[in-house]
Amino acid sequence: MSHHNENKTHVIGYGTYALVWLALVSFTGITVAVAGIDIGNFTIVVALLIASIKSILVLTIFMHLRFEDKVFRMFVFIAFLTLAIFIGLTFFDYSFIR
Amino acid sequence: MWLFLFTELILFGGLFIVYAVYRFTYSNEFALAAKELDTFLGMVNTLVLLTSSLTMAMSITAIQKQNKNLAMLLIGLTIALALTFMVNKYFEWGAKFSHGIYPGGNELINKTNGEILYFGLYYVMTGLHGLHVIIGVIILSVMLYFIRTDHITKDSFVKLENSGLYWHLVDIIWIFLFPLFYLIH
Repeated sequence: MSHHNENKTHVIGYGTYALVWLALVSFTGITVAVAGIDIGNFTIVVALLIASIKSILVLTIFMHLRFEDKVFRMFVFIAFLTLAIFIGLTFFDYSFIR
Repeated sequence: MWLFLFTELILFGGLFIVYAVYRFTYSNEFALAAKELDTFLGMVNTLVLLTSSLTMAMSITAIQKQNKNLAMLLIGLTIALALTFMVNKYFEWGAKFSHGIYPGGNELINKTNGEILYFGLYYVMTGLHGLHVIIGVIILSVMLYFIRTDHITKDSFVKLENSGLYWHLVDIIWIFLFPLFYLIH
């Protein structure tokens, strides 16, 4: 739960949100542009990297993770990391079997 | 709320792993099938969802600043953008269906196994995501009502914040779906 409301409330300004949105839109543009260039298997690496950066922006600012407890932030980080490891290992595994 | 989001992550995570496996098994077929998707439409939908996340986040600031009308306007905008996303999706799926590209469709059945798998995953993953968008619209409509009736105020906006968390996760899932399905070459 968003337990930071109980003790202190952080009000994030509209401007900060607008800046994050601008960054997200720019990153979308970059992903589309990079997809047009033929760099083989690196295309997917770049695409996933940019998607991860976008997610981190959404998580920290839009979802207010920056203001949550350290322990709690660790939970979210581990959840995402576990997923990334599972997917990463599967990719890795398959790219060597084939 | 976060606990629920973790279960959502596992739900979609499983599908992403399936995607990862088949993407490598049938990389050429996936690239071929992806050409059938409209990148421009996908990009528009990405921008629509990103903007809806912005209006969602801003509505919480508006409530915190006791600006009830602005908060309602921003939630209304979020709902409108979510509906725009679904309308786009409707046209996109509709176009595929009319070309016979749907599970069991006459066009798709003649394609290679890899392409059939790609479209199977495409329909399951974007469909499940679309279902989440529809649920989001319902939740946000309730929040709009709560703000109107002062159930959500400057001092009690946990409901709104949790709805926001849900909405942003739906956005994050699309952030990954978009390049994985639309931008393969």
